[in-house]
Amino acid sequence: MTTEAPAPETPPAPEKPPAKAKEESFLNLFLHNLWSANTVTVTILSIFLALVIGAVLIVISDPTVLSTFSYLTSRPSDALTASWDLVSQAYADLFKGAIFDPAAVRAWIDGSGDWKTALNPLSETLTYAAPLVFTGLSVAIAFRGGLFNIGGQGQAVIGTITAGVAGFAIALPAGLHLLVALAAGLIGGALWGFVPGLLKARTGAHEVITTIMLNYVATLFLGWLILQSGVQDPGRTDAVSKTIASSAVLPALPQPLRVHLGIVIAVLVTAAVAWMINRSSFGFELRAVGVNPPAAKTAGMSVGRTYILLMVVAGGLAGLGGAVQVLGTADRLTGQVAGNIGFDGLLVALLGRNKPWGTFFAAILYGALRAGGNLMQVDVGVSLELVTVLQALIVIFIAAPALVKTIFHLRNARSARLGTTMAKGW
Amino acid sequence: MSGVSTATVEDLTESSAPERFWNRQRRLGAALVIIGLIAAVVFGSLAESAPARFTLSEDAQGAALSINGQFGAILFGIVTVAAGAALLAGVARRWQTTLLSIGIVTFVFSFLCWQVAGKFLPLVDTLSGSLELALPLILGALAGVLGERSGVVNVAIEGQFLMGAFGAALVGTLATSVWAGLISAVIGGVIIAALLAVLAIRFLVDQVVVGIVLNLLALGITGFLYERLMQPDALKYNSPPRLPEWRVPGLADIPVIGPVLFDTNLLVWLALALVVVIHLALTRTRWGLRTRAVGEHPTAADTVGIRVRGLRYLNVLLGGVVAGAGGAYFTLVSTGAFNKNMTAGAGFIALAALIFGRWTPFGALGAALFFGFAQKLANYLSAVGSPVPNQFLNMLPYLATIVAVAGLVGRVRAPAADGVPYVKS
Amino acid sequence: MRGITKRFGDLVANDHIDLTVEPGEVHALLGENGAGKSTLMNQLYGMLQPDEGEILVDGEKKIFRSPRDAISAGIGMVHQHFMLVPVFTVAENIALGAEEVRGGPLGWLDRRRSRRDVLETSRKYGLPVDPDALVENLSVGSQQRVEIVKALTREVDLLILDEPTAVLTPQETDELLAVMRSLAETGKSIVFITHKLREVKAIADRITVIRRGRTVGTASPDTSEDELAALMVGRDVSLEVTKTPADPGREVLKVSGLIVDDDRGIRAVDAVDLVVRSGEVLGIAGVQGNGQTELVEAIMGLRPLRAGKVELEDQNLVGRSTKQVLRAGVGYVPEDRSLDGVVKDFTVAENLVLDVYDRAPFGNGFAMNPKAIQESAREWVARFDIRTSSPQSTVGTLSGGNQQKVVVAREMSRPLKLLVASQPTRGVDVGSIEFIHQQIIHERDLGTAVLVVSSELDEVVGLADRIAVMYRGRILAIVSPDMPREEIGLLMAGITGPGQEAEDSE
Repeated sequence: MTTEAPAPETPPAPEKPPAKAKEESFLNLFLHNLWSANTVTVTILSIFLALVIGAVLIVISDPTVLSTFSYLTSRPSDALTASWDLVSQAYADLFKGAIFDPAAVRAWIDGSGDWKTALNPLSETLTYAAPLVFTGLSVAIAFRGGLFNIGGQGQAVIGTITAGVAGFAIALPAGLHLLVALAAGLIGGALWGFVPGLLKARTGAHEVITTIMLNYVATLFLGWLILQSGVQDPGRTDAVSKTIASSAVLPALPQPLRVHLGIVIAVLVTAAVAWMINRSSFGFELRAVGVNPPAAKTAGMSVGRTYILLMVVAGGLAGLGGAVQVLGTADRLTGQVAGNIGFDGLLVALLGRNKPWGTFFAAILYGALRAGGNLMQVDVGVSLELVTVLQALIVIFIAAPALVKTIFHLRNARSARLGTTMAKGW
Repeated sequence: MSGVSTATVEDLTESSAPERFWNRQRRLGAALVIIGLIAAVVFGSLAESAPARFTLSEDAQGAALSINGQFGAILFGIVTVAAGAALLAGVARRWQTTLLSIGIVTFVFSFLCWQVAGKFLPLVDTLSGSLELALPLILGALAGVLGERSGVVNVAIEGQFLMGAFGAALVGTLATSVWAGLISAVIGGVIIAALLAVLAIRFLVDQVVVGIVLNLLALGITGFLYERLMQPDALKYNSPPRLPEWRVPGLADIPVIGPVLFDTNLLVWLALALVVVIHLALTRTRWGLRTRAVGEHPTAADTVGIRVRGLRYLNVLLGGVVAGAGGAYFTLVSTGAFNKNMTAGAGFIALAALIFGRWTPFGALGAALFFGFAQKLANYLSAVGSPVPNQFLNMLPYLATIVAVAGLVGRVRAPAADGVPYVKS
Repeated sequence: MRGITKRFGDLVANDHIDLTVEPGEVHALLGENGAGKSTLMNQLYGMLQPDEGEILVDGEKKIFRSPRDAISAGIGMVHQHFMLVPVFTVAENIALGAEEVRGGPLGWLDRRRSRRDVLETSRKYGLPVDPDALVENLSVGSQQRVEIVKALTREVDLLILDEPTAVLTPQETDELLAVMRSLAETGKSIVFITHKLREVKAIADRITVIRRGRTVGTASPDTSEDELAALMVGRDVSLEVTKTPADPGREVLKVSGLIVDDDRGIRAVDAVDLVVRSGEVLGIAGVQGNGQTELVEAIMGLRPLRAGKVELEDQNLVGRSTKQVLRAGVGYVPEDRSLDGVVKDFTVAENLVLDVYDRAPFGNGFAMNPKAIQESAREWVARFDIRTSSPQSTVGTLSGGNQQKVVVAREMSRPLKLLVASQPTRGVDVGSIEFIHQQIIHERDLGTAVLVVSSELDEVVGLADRIAVMYRGRILAIVSPDMPREEIGLLMAGITGPGQEAEDSE
């Protein structure tokens, strides 16, 4: 008996002696288990808490609504309705921008609108989510191996560079060109991950600092590169590169929908990573090294070699994310082409508890927040930065399930695993 | 006691077998020799044979130390080679750091001779600029010292900077008072520190993860409020007064160091004073002894009755005060207005300074000055028009950090219990 | 202490335990590993709070919420794993928590008075310590002295010693017992936790035996060792290892002129020569810290060596990686299983293939074969009597003895030329100790060469066919297990001839 859950992890069924099972009805059991601090409940409540805090931020930063609070005691209803109106509209936009707009769906059904408008929100969600899957996986596998890969952003940026350049600098038949460009993105990211991995294995340099520094180096490098002749679009004077050849672009749904093959590749790569972690020798090694490096060493594994290989794979994944971004969503290199996919990938991995499929679904969630946030900003004027705040808050609550538990007076979960990452320092 | 000796392993002699030839000292020496040769040959040949003037004041024609650019490049390059050769030949341990520092300094001089040939470098401005740029790094690293010496990793320095900078700008503008701004900066830093403390100490979340997420949270909150409040109405919310510069009469007239140290703003003095205070407190007071014990062996501290978690809470919050003040630098000293993500990684460089400085206040000071100088150099070169492109110059501080953490530090020992939450068992 | 009960989740560590200690008495708390002795004393010292029961000091009921309270009630404790900060000096460690300060809100440390206090206490009780020495440079015996002085400077009436002799030579143990006797004569009470029967009979005035969290009886030192052992374990135990005489064959492991440094660059293994033949057990006796750890690590490729040769049946092992050494047919049971023996978060099945996951049939270098792993796990769990609910349980849920059985099973589950076992039964309950000893002898009888390193002399004498005594990095002598214990003890302390100390290397 488990709760139906969208997330891939379900808590194990509670063990009960058979006699007692007859007494307690299924419904009671379900409710009892629901209101305990298991993974699913904590996730949902964390999202809820984050939305509440976000609502507070929305309200206090809107001068119009704030002014109604100045006479709160005399006419509280004004303040309350003003707040409620603003917050509900903002969050409704979040939903409408991410999943579907009921008005558009109705229009499609009765013929006054087309299917493309109705599906647009979902398309946007998947478009934003696709690169996040890759950067999230990059961080997640590094964490499993005991490394903090904060360099997903830099690795993705380098991935966009190598994939983009392969996209416009060489000429190959369609299909092959796309594969080569994707591979180029992967290799670029892998190289950018190799450096901190090597430094960690050889000198013990902590990867948090080296990867973060390389993020800045990568972004600066991109800024320089797109101004160079050979890369810069000859027809423009601003920092934009040449357009990527159509033979290297990821196929997408018809305009104006933006979702492209990247999301399909994301699914395949997630499956591959899941297999790698759980069933391959390398996965076994990196898990052992991640939990207990001395035991791994005594059992004959090479910790340094594992670190290097792990950072190469992680970098490659992030680079692939950058490639998907530039070959699918964007069509040329700009200073901002990689957006925030590296940093978002960090949050995605933590939300997904460093498991491959968890990361995948977390990426979908964060893509949805981003897509919805766009509409929210355009419609109500609430800044997109709120989405970052929401994303960070969700992760904080997830990472401290005990906090959520205290706030909502949840019972202890039957399952002992709540997925706090292993606590360790330098 | 009977006549039986209790064996002590320390009585055994140090290994007398030959060590590896390429030990760390020799490798550093070889590296110095190589970069010294690059300096002498490459910089020397590229340099113009024109005087490189290091002026004592802002005036280009004023009194200056002058040296022929090409000659200087070659000369300093050779000194670097000499320092490297000395290390290769093998010297006593205590000279190692000195020689290494000399080698690096002369390499930088050689580089400067190349770049400054035919132009001038205002010494005072460079030094005071370096000190100013190092200021947030010093404060951030000190905040790190407070937390990490008691065993709590603080990666959230960047977030504390941002909240501090934002708070200072906002409240400073609203209250039209730089002191109110400074206090809010401190409060901003403490907010993040409190979150870090609670999540790490009470809820046992991985400390590096908490730090990173708090950085993102701070980035989001400050960015959000910036867009909502400051961007539409900068005059009302985002024009704080600047921290005044104070001049100590007499001392400020000493050539070179006078203007640098004694004609500057309060925050600089605060930072330098804090270095000394924290050093003394850590080594000479009861608080310091207990803090260090809690960072090295918290169980031992617990068994003698020290409140481990309480002390860690206190130190992390104190760190928040210091880091928040560091954040005030960005808006009250440097630019005078808040901008999204204006700290650009300074918090992480402060963290690197902490490690580079081996978790000690004076070490952190030295490391922060080094990074500040790297940044100032980059600014200077882009201002003078260097052949190296702007973006690569801006990479300089980040690359220097990587080299420092990877190459120059060697295997350092963090406080033994750093990052490990204390759980009674 | 009356009716003390302490639970950790489902586990009842102490079950209504009663204990009374008189002034001037040396009271031994005897029980095997995991019986609950340390838990009980941690409650007396305020580090844990009892779930039920009460503590009375001089007839007054007391509640100890932290060690502070216990200390002010006159109770001091010397823990099994020392509570000393390695990078501090002796004086700083002793001062910690009760520092002499010169006033002011920050409390400037008064170093002079701290040093004086240390020297005073040290003189008063005859325990020489150097206040300015760095603790990490001291020998284990000296560190223990520092711990005792630390407790005594706080004016204790009752001193608790938790497994104090685990890391001492027989001679140091005698010194410690003498110190305890003299402290008791000044009117202080001592509670002395141990699982070693010999010492208990030598020093205790009264013995309380604890088994599985309950008191099973109080005894006097006249009780025989066999009776005490039976009380401890609850059944008759044979303390002897039964084995047939060995039949040594060809040389399997040959170590010549081995020189190894420890982490600080100090010589730890000083030109050691060893030979282990197939079908025999060579035991290395010696107190922890005389180079045994470094010797074993060098053989296994976990530590680089300065000079010397290590050969496995004419195959050179020097310079090989640990994986290659294991592949060559060597099994390794490391001395600290929680450090590097098992991965606590992995399942039993995964731990059982920790060093063979990339060999047939468990996997090739690329992918793993879960079915083979599961089947093999089931087989080995049964064969080695590993008490676990399923091979899918995480190893962290197993008891110490069962975890060690996992390590032993893992190594013995493949054909071996050489088995290296370091402290194979440290922290393990008696039942598992018997089992593991049997398995080691069984492995020997199969023709494997076995190298056992142990600081428990009884274990070495019971298992080994030949004993090499190691002292300060050198093998002083290779003797037969029939040699009288006292003589072996002298060798372990470095005394070779009558009344003559081993030559130093200065």
